[in-house]
Amino acid sequence: MIKYCITYLCAALAVTTLMFSDAMAQTKPLRIEITQGVIEPMPFAAPVFVAENAAARKYAQELTSVLAADLVGTGLFREIPNAAHISKVTNFNAPVQFADWKAINAQALITGAVHVSGSKLIVKFRLFDVFSQTALGDGLQFVATTNSMRRMSHKVADAVYSRLTGETGYFDSRVVYIAEEGPKNNRQKRLALMDYDGANVRYLTDTSSIVLSPRFSPNAREIIYTSYETGSPRVFLMNVDTLKRRILGDQPAMAFAPRFSPDGAKVVMSLSERGNADIYMVEVATGQKKRLTSSPAIDTAPSFSPDGSKIVFESDRSGGQQIYVMSVKGGSAKRISSGGGRYGTPVWSPRGDMIAFTKLNKGRFHIGVMRTDGSREKLLTASFLDEGPTWSPNGRVLMFFRETAGANGAPSIYSVDVTGRNLRKVKTPTFGSDPAWSKLLN
Amino acid sequence: MIHNLVKISAVIICSIGLSACGQKTPGAYGEMGDVIGAKTGDISDPTSLAYFQQTIGDRVLFTVNESTLGQDAIDVLDGQANWLIQNTQYGVTVEGHADEQGTREYNLALGARRASAVQNYLVSRGIADNRVNTLTYGKERPIEICSTEVCWSQNRRAVTVVNTNLGS
Repeated sequence: MIKYCITYLCAALAVTTLMFSDAMAQTKPLRIEITQGVIEPMPFAAPVFVAENAAARKYAQELTSVLAADLVGTGLFREIPNAAHISKVTNFNAPVQFADWKAINAQALITGAVHVSGSKLIVKFRLFDVFSQTALGDGLQFVATTNSMRRMSHKVADAVYSRLTGETGYFDSRVVYIAEEGPKNNRQKRLALMDYDGANVRYLTDTSSIVLSPRFSPNAREIIYTSYETGSPRVFLMNVDTLKRRILGDQPAMAFAPRFSPDGAKVVMSLSERGNADIYMVEVATGQKKRLTSSPAIDTAPSFSPDGSKIVFESDRSGGQQIYVMSVKGGSAKRISSGGGRYGTPVWSPRGDMIAFTKLNKGRFHIGVMRTDGSREKLLTASFLDEGPTWSPNGRVLMFFRETAGANGAPSIYSVDVTGRNLRKVKTPTFGSDPAWSKLLN
Repeated sequence: MIHNLVKISAVIICSIGLSACGQKTPGAYGEMGDVIGAKTGDISDPTSLAYFQQTIGDRVLFTVNESTLGQDAIDVLDGQANWLIQNTQYGVTVEGHADEQGTREYNLALGARRASAVQNYLVSRGIADNRVNTLTYGKERPIEICSTEVCWSQNRRAVTVVNTNLGS
C-alpha cells in the first residue's frame, strides 16, 4: 500500500503544473470569522468540476455537489446556483473571468477538474478571491480510488473551509452512533458507522444485544462501547476493519460510559459495584485497571482533556448531577457547574477551551457549553430531550441526539454550532442516538 | 515570483470490510427483560412463579432520582424474601430501571443503585448474598411509553426476576 502511494505521488508530480503568480501578492485575504456566529453567509460559486476524460463525467457532478453541501452545511457559506453563473468553466487551466463571477456577487470561486485513470480518481481544485482577483493558496490535487469520491469532496471542502476561516475543517470525518428501530418498548439497537454527513452508513453489530455510547479511538480504527451481549453491561473494544471485539480488561462489575485517552493507550469508564458507580482507568494493551474515584455517589461519564492531564466527569456527590474536574491521577475533584438544574455527559473540546454538556432544568433538556472553569455557560439547544454532545474535529460544531416525547417518541441526530446557530438534523436511515465524532481522517 | 508549489496528497481508503450481520428476529427483548418465557405455573400454587410475580409482586417503584425503598416497596420485598426462604431452589436477578428523564450513563448508574437497594434489603431479610444478582437497564427498557409521570412512575422500578435455570 505504501509503495502504491509513492508511485502515485511521483506520477502526479510529473504531470501536474498548477501555477499561480499572484498567490503571494495577496495582502488582505478573504476571510470569514466563525467565532461570533455568522449572520450573513459568504456567497461562493462552485461550477461543476471539469471532467477531463469520459470516465470522469459520472463523478464530476456529485463530487462538486458534495463539497458544496459541506460548505453550505456549515451555515457560514451560501452557494450561488449554477443557473446564475455567467461564465462556464470548461478548462481548468483557462484564465478565470473574474468580472463574470463578480457580477453575480460570488466572493469565493472554487474551480476543479476530475480525471479517472483505471480505478484512480484524480481531483484538482483552486480557490479564488473574486473581488481581489487572486488565488487563495495553492492548487491542490488529491488521488484516491473511485469509491472514495465522497472523501475527496470532503478533503476539497476541508481545504476551502480552512483557507476561508483560518480553522481546520471537519468534513473528512466519521461518526459512530447507535441505530435504533422498533417501538419504544421494544427498541432494537445496533452499532453503526457513517460519514459525518450521514452518507455510507454501515452496521457493525446486529440487534441481538443492547449496545450503547460508542466512542472512537483517536485514529478512528477502534470503537469502545457498552454492550449487553454477556447479559449485563460490559465495555467492549471493536476493530472497525475486522469487527473483532473483546471485553476490555477484567470487568467484575457492570461497566459503561467508556472513553479513550487522547493518545489511545487508556480508556476511562464507570464500574458499578454494589450500586456504586466509580470511575476507573484501564490500560488498553494490558487491561490493567486503576480506580480514580471512590465516593459513595454516582461518578460517571468521564472525558479527558485534550492534553491528557485532566478528566471531566459528572457526579451526584453534592445531591444532583453536577460536573467536576480532577487530575488524570484521580484524587480531589473540583466542581465547575454552578447554575440551576442538573448537568451530565461533559465532553472536553478538542481545542481544550470548552466543555460541552447536557443540562436538565425544569423538565427540559439542553446542550450547552462552558469554559473549563465553569464560567460563561451558554445553552445552545432546548427540547423535551437533547442529550450526549460530541465535538467536531475542529471544536466548532457539536452533534447530539434529540428524542421526541410521547408513545411514538424516537431519537434523531442533530448538529449545532458552538455559537448556537445552524441547528441541523443529520439524516440517518433509522432512528439514531449516542453519536460520537472521529478526528479528521488521514 | 512564480509560486508553483503543488501539494499532493494520496488518499487511499480501505473500504471497511463488513460481513453481513445476521438479523435475529427480536423476541420480547434481546436480554432477559421483564418478560419471562419459562412456565410460570398456576397462580393458586404458592410455590409458582406466577404467584411470585402476581400475588406477591415482582417489582417495586421509586421516586425521581431516588433509590430509597418506601413502605409499599418494603411490604412487597418482605413477601419476596419470605417466598425465597420457602423456595430455596431459586435465585433472583434484580433488574433496576430508570425513566427517560435522565441522561443515559446516569440512568445506568441509577438503575444499578436501585437494584442494589433491593438486593441489600433481601439480604438483610436473610436471603443469602449469592442468591441475589443485580443488573441495570438504565432507561433502555421502559414498560410504559407515554411521556408523562403516569408512565415514568411505572418505569422507575426494580424487578425481581426469578432465575429458573439455576445450576445449568
